[in-house]
Amino acid sequence: MAFNIYDFTEFTRSIDTGLKNSMSSGWAMFVEYAIIGVIFLLVYAVLGLFLVYAERRVCAFIQNRLGPNRVGPGGILQTVADLIKLLMKELIPIRNADKLLFNIAPFIVIIASFMAIAAIPFAKGLHAIDFNIGVFYVIAVSSLGVVGILLAGWSSNSKYSLIGSMRSGAQIISYELSVGLSLLTIVVFSGTMQLSGIIESQANGWWIFKGHIPAAVAFLVFLIASTAETNRGPFDLAEAESELTAGFHTEYSGIRFAFFFLAEYMNMFIVASIAATVFLGGWMPLHFGTGNAFNHVMDYIPPLVWFAGKTAFVVLIMMWFKWTFPRLRIDQLLTLEWKYLLPVNLVNIVIVAFLVLMGWHF
Amino acid sequence: MRSVINYIKEILGGLRTLWAGMRITGKYFVRPGEIVTQKYPENRNELTMFDRFKGEVIMPHDENNQHRCTGCGICQMNCPNGSIEIITRKEMTPEGKEVRVIDKHVYHLGMCTFCGLCVKTCPSDALAFGQDFEKAVFDPSKLTKILNQPGSTIKKDVK
Repeated sequence: MAFNIYDFTEFTRSIDTGLKNSMSSGWAMFVEYAIIGVIFLLVYAVLGLFLVYAERRVCAFIQNRLGPNRVGPGGILQTVADLIKLLMKELIPIRNADKLLFNIAPFIVIIASFMAIAAIPFAKGLHAIDFNIGVFYVIAVSSLGVVGILLAGWSSNSKYSLIGSMRSGAQIISYELSVGLSLLTIVVFSGTMQLSGIIESQANGWWIFKGHIPAAVAFLVFLIASTAETNRGPFDLAEAESELTAGFHTEYSGIRFAFFFLAEYMNMFIVASIAATVFLGGWMPLHFGTGNAFNHVMDYIPPLVWFAGKTAFVVLIMMWFKWTFPRLRIDQLLTLEWKYLLPVNLVNIVIVAFLVLMGWHF
Repeated sequence: MRSVINYIKEILGGLRTLWAGMRITGKYFVRPGEIVTQKYPENRNELTMFDRFKGEVIMPHDENNQHRCTGCGICQMNCPNGSIEIITRKEMTPEGKEVRVIDKHVYHLGMCTFCGLCVKTCPSDALAFGQDFEKAVFDPSKLTKILNQPGSTIKKDVK
């Protein structure tokens, strides 16, 4: 079994052929699904917990505090302890709630983010499904989460929850446009919707460098719109602690609440990794042009490190947003989208189409 | 045309102010030297509370074991949750005058919410807030304290 840290294609293929030799192809497929499912479950839980910890530390440093620093070295096990606490908490049944929808809602939210993670390329060959319409798939699936949020708000039979989830619906419907259009900018540049194809097209430089100013504008718009899409501050009107107690998850307790919480952070990770993949080259090392010495030096850093670094960078920017800006009002939120982000985005995409038509990009 | 220019100006102005805010928080983020968190159990030896800290109600005594409490009972009347009980006794002065003196100033720490009404309303400034804050005990009866020390007397200048 050839294990190469720079290219996982051989590794995954050898597992595939090994399984197919020892059992029928249907069973081999099933075992592969199970393996990938278990790996993603583990990655999901560990990454989610780590992101919660990271958020608390980043927030603390921004506010001149220390944050969790007692459980484990530097407090790194704090969120594990929190999870155990949440697991042991009582699930409070809500009278007059729609029992079925109430119980299903957290799973819909978490499944939506789980499905999106499948299309993310972590490294060369380390990619669960490489759709030829990867960007389209990710946009479609990541916006499914709002169905869960709407269900949670509706089925809780509480006015706070309903207001929160309706806000969330309005927000996602508007900001989905900006997310899609800003990703489309790069699709126009690279000429493909396949995520691996988009990464290959950045082998001689990331799109944010190659794409002139329009790519930078699209990156900015994507950052803003995707922060809104994940219901994070300053766009956290769906939760709005000060006015709606906790918005759509007011009535949820214990592990169901933890699901919402985990899904929020994983959505942030997914959005950040999409931004890293599309704009910052995904696992592609920092290249300028082709075949020079600088590129060779950069190639020595494994793709997984590049991917993790870029994703962490985008996540940090999103946390920086959250802990700097005050929450928007609902009318300001819609004004920002329909009067500013959308027109800018449309003009931007026309400019990009013109650039590509004239062949002016690198 | 002018409106388009204004629109772009508005966006750039908005971005500038957002960046100004992010610069401030970014500065805090990369400069952890200004952290205000007290690392409590480690620094309990050098930890000093600030002046306005409301620890517990105490009655300061001077070196002659003298306090300023006349036993008037205003603190007891003002206490919203009945944490204070004043027990007084009559005493004869050398001039043959009967005066009221404090026998026991009973303070129930377990009921106190540290509102500070007793300290604020004391006409002779007999009460104050202590700086001690480690008050956990295993026996609730230890939370009932007598603030005037045994054998203490009132200061001469207090009316």
